[in-house]
Formats: sequence, structure tokens, C-alpha cells
Amino acid sequence: MSDPVVSRATRTSRIAVVVALLALIVLAAAPWWAGRADMRLMSEIFLYLSLASLWNLMAGYAGLVSVGQQAFVGFGGYMLFALTVFGGLHPIAAILLAGLLASALSVPIASLIFRLKGAYFAIGTWVVAEVFRLSFAQISALGGGSGSSLPVGIVRSLASSRSGREALTYWLALGAAAVVILSVYLFLRSQRGLALTAIRDSEVAASGLGINIWRTKLEVYVVTSALTAIIGGLIFLQKLRISPDAAFSINDWTAFVIFIVVIGGIGTLEGPIIGTIIFFALREFLADFGTIYLMVLGLVAIIVMLKAPKGVWGLVRDRFDLELFPLSYRVRLDQDRKKT
Amino acid sequence: MIEWANAVLQGILLGGLYALFAAGLSLIFGVMRLVNIAHGDLIVLAAYLGLSTSVTLGVHPFVALLIVLPLMAAVGYALQRGLLNRTLGPDILPPLLVTFGLSVIIQNALLEGYTADPQKLSAGPLETASIPLGELSVGVMPLLTFGIAVAVIAGLQWIFYATGLGRGFRAVSDNQEIAQLMGLNKAHVFGLAMALALAVTAIAGILLGIRTSFDPSIGGGRLIFGFEAVIIGGLGSLWGTLAGGVILGVAQTVGAKIDPGWQLLAGHIAFLLVLAVRPNGLFPRVEH
Repeated sequence: MSDPVVSRATRTSRIAVVVALLALIVLAAAPWWAGRADMRLMSEIFLYLSLASLWNLMAGYAGLVSVGQQAFVGFGGYMLFALTVFGGLHPIAAILLAGLLASALSVPIASLIFRLKGAYFAIGTWVVAEVFRLSFAQISALGGGSGSSLPVGIVRSLASSRSGREALTYWLALGAAAVVILSVYLFLRSQRGLALTAIRDSEVAASGLGINIWRTKLEVYVVTSALTAIIGGLIFLQKLRISPDAAFSINDWTAFVIFIVVIGGIGTLEGPIIGTIIFFALREFLADFGTIYLMVLGLVAIIVMLKAPKGVWGLVRDRFDLELFPLSYRVRLDQDRKKT
Repeated sequence: MIEWANAVLQGILLGGLYALFAAGLSLIFGVMRLVNIAHGDLIVLAAYLGLSTSVTLGVHPFVALLIVLPLMAAVGYALQRGLLNRTLGPDILPPLLVTFGLSVIIQNALLEGYTADPQKLSAGPLETASIPLGELSVGVMPLLTFGIAVAVIAGLQWIFYATGLGRGFRAVSDNQEIAQLMGLNKAHVFGLAMALALAVTAIAGILLGIRTSFDPSIGGGRLIFGFEAVIIGGLGSLWGTLAGGVILGVAQTVGAKIDPGWQLLAGHIAFLLVLAVRPNGLFPRVEH
């Protein structure tokens, strides 16, 4: 008998890294092989994937089930418009600054709504999002209730040609998704991530081990708020037009995101990726049916929650013992390792 | 001055409607710790059922309530036993996400069935009738709404503390396992609680439909008003929801008096202020 070996990576996860890198290279080259419409669709997919990964970090790992993330999506969008039009900033600088402002804003918000527990926290986040929507609708310089468009001069400052701009916004979306997924993964691999997993499994036990629960949750809330605002800025850089109802839409920025995460598998890193693919595939087939499509999504989410609470990825993982993102620890005897 | 007094008075009466939104939420949270995200959409569903009933039978919305109220109660019982009971447990995610999915389904089903056009329930001359009160005049309908809210809350209070049904509610609320040992069927008691909550929702929906026009998308807003009234009043206190509703209503009408765009914002700010100063609400139930 030899000594047991503890490892996190598996052969599957090593293959996954290689596949992911290859996919990233192929996707980064899309401006040379994909059409205009395809690139727009892919950008949308990447941005939804980012929102889903962030919501999953909050709800699936930190237990902060928010139905008000549209507050930060809309805030990021509006800051892009305000900081470029009135601050004269470059759009990319404006989007990054929007993330910083969102993180500053999220601290006082958290100090209020963290007083609400569980489901009441969820509705509290919704109230905050409503306050954001109603407040931005009052600002007449940003178009009030009817909204405004990004001036042509600012759009041109991104790149002079239309194809250049399209390539740039596409790369920004792809880069954002890669950065978000990588940061969530590294966060969960770190000591903080371990604390978070402990809190998820048992708050009482975690606090007994000396983990500051409130602080850990606050960190997650602040980081996701900042990144969500950055994604929001990128979303409205694609749309070039903003209005309070579009910016703070609960359907677009929260309901869809929740469905993606729940169907894909909440509390797993792979879940949002699978969920996003399923969501967009369903949309391609059912989008023409409008309301029916939304009812089907709602129904699928309910069935998944009741019958397979860990989502599609949970089923796959339990059946085949797969893990693309090596987060758990595996203990094996050396003999086993030789066999595999 | 008189205009401000009028705004406050209208706000108090509006608070009755919000208390009715809140009472159902408060009731089911009290009994089974469930927060129903679809609550607002169920209020709107009740308003639409009232519309269909009063139009097809050609009756007054209040008469339609004789059909809508038992119907909503039956929906509540079936929903609880068929779906929501399966989500209850230590994990808060399933009930939250299942009722969220339910909310989206109800909203889009109403959109499919009734289109997005705003509708209104017609209560006839009752809508415009008013009673002079010094220099002010009070609408009969808002007054009636407030009176109904007080009666409903008094009725719920009575059911909770003076009937066998209420004893069952309190027993499962305190300790589900021991209540089961004492011969209570938890699933059935939860079903009855949801039936009662949706019966209140039926009343709230009809009164909402008479007061303002409604469309399938407004459920979320009604949920938020009810929720704010619950938190302002203090979790677990039925009379507290009435106080919470009144405070929210007054904040909204006074806010609207300052600037029409401020109506909803003022209500939300009042809620956030209470949350900042008194996180447990103004009249929390005393913990035993």
C-alpha cells in the first residue's frame, strides 16, 4: 500500500482546460469567420453567461438570492451614458469607473438589505432596483422616463469603422465573460472560497470555525455588484440606447438569469455555462411564441427545482463523476492513480 | 394646508388596500415561513377573475366576489398541496425560485388570455359617491376599502387566536414535528393557510380592480407594496400590516403631492428609512 494522494485536478479537468483555451482562441477569431448577426448573438450569449455566473456566485454559493441585480445592470448602463456624455470619458474607461462606483454604492445598500433574511432579502433587492429605476427616470438630463441614445461622436471614439466597432464590442463581451468566469473560479479556489463553501453548507458550523459570515457575504455582494455594473455597461454599449424600463427590467436581467442558472445547475461553476447554452437554444426555437416561451421557461425551472435541484449539470456530474472546474478535493491511493 | 390634510387622509385609506396585499403574505409567512413571490400576480389574477365573472354574468364586482373568493381559495389549497408543500424545507432556494417561476407563468398566462390592454372593474355609482367631511370630502369606495381591510384583519386575528383552525396554524408554526405528533396533518394545515391567504387576495384583487386600471404586468409592484407594508409593520403582526400599509399609503400620497413623479419613490424611501432605523419593523410581534 502506498500513501494516499490528495489532488484537485482530474484528467477531465485537464482536458477541459485545453478545450476551453482552444475554444477561446477560435471565438476570439470570430470577426474573421462569423457574420455580423452571429457576432451580435454571441456577444449577447457571453454577456448573459457573465450575468449568470455572477448571480450563481451570489445565490448558489453565498446564499444571497437577489431578484434585484437589474439595479446594477441598469446602473452600469446609465453610468456609461452619463460619464461619456457629461464626463467626456472614453466608453471603456466609463464602464470600468461604473464598476468602481457600483462597488462603492453597494456597501450602504448591503448594510440596509442584509438586515432582511432569506426570501425577504430577495424582495428587498427588488425594492432597491425599483428605487434605481424611479430615480433615473427623474433625471431629465439622461432623457427622463423615455431614455436617450449614445451620441454618434462617442460611438465613433471606440473605432472609426463600423466593422472595427463591432469587433471591439464583441471582444469586450468575450473578454468580460472569460474574466468573470476565471475570477469566480479563482475566488472559489481561494481561502475565501473555502469559507464561502463552508457558509453554504452550514452557517452555524462556519461561524464556529471563526468565519466572519457577514463580512464574507458583503465581499461577495460588493464584487458581484461591481462586475454586474461593468457587464451592464457592456450590454448598453451594444444597444447604444437606454431607458429606465429597459435598463432596470426584471425580466431581462434577473428572470432570464435565474432560469439560466437554475436549469443549468445552481451552485456549480459549470451550471451557468450549460444553462446559457440551453436558454439560447430554446430561444432560437421558441422565441416566436413570445409569452408561451416565457411560460415554458418558468415551467422548466419549476420542474428542475423540484425534480433535479442541482440542474442539468448536477445530473451529468452525479452520473459520470465529472468536474470541469476542479474545485473539490479528491483523495486517492497511489494504486488507484496508476489504474486510471 | 387643507390639501395636505386631504393627501394624508387619502393615504390612510389607500393604506387599507396595501394592508390587504400584505395580510396574505404575512399569514403564509407566519404559518409556514414561505414567501410567495407570485403573491402580486395572484392579486392580479383575482382581479381578472372578477372581471370575467362580472362581465359574463353581468353582476356587480362585489357579487362576483361570491364566485372569485371560493375559487381563489380552492386555487390556493390546490397550489399548496400540489406544488408548494414539496418546496418547503431547510433550504430557502426551492420555494423562492418555484414561486418566482410561478409568477412568470401567471403573468404570461394572463397576457395570453387577456392581452396587455388595461382593464378596470366597474362598481357603478359607488365609484364616484362621496361623503362631505368638514372642508374635505371622502370617497365612499376608499372608505369602504379601508373598512373591509379592518374587518378582514380583525377576522384573521379572530381565526388565528379563537378557532380550532387558528390553533392548528399556530401549532404548525411553532413546531411542525410536534404538531404532527398531536395529530395535525401538516400538508392539510398548510393548504388551508394558503386557501385563506388567497381568499384575502381575492378581496384585495377585486378592490384593486375597482380602484385603478390593471394589466398583467403590475403584479410585481403589488407584491412590493405588500412586502413593504409587512416589513414596516413588523413581521408576524397582523395589525402591524395595517399600520405598515397606512404608513406606506401616506408616504405615497404625500410624495405625490410634492411631485407626481415622487409617488412610488416616496413609498420606497419610507420603507428603507424604517429598515434603517427599526430593522424589525415598528410593531414586531413579541418573541415568546
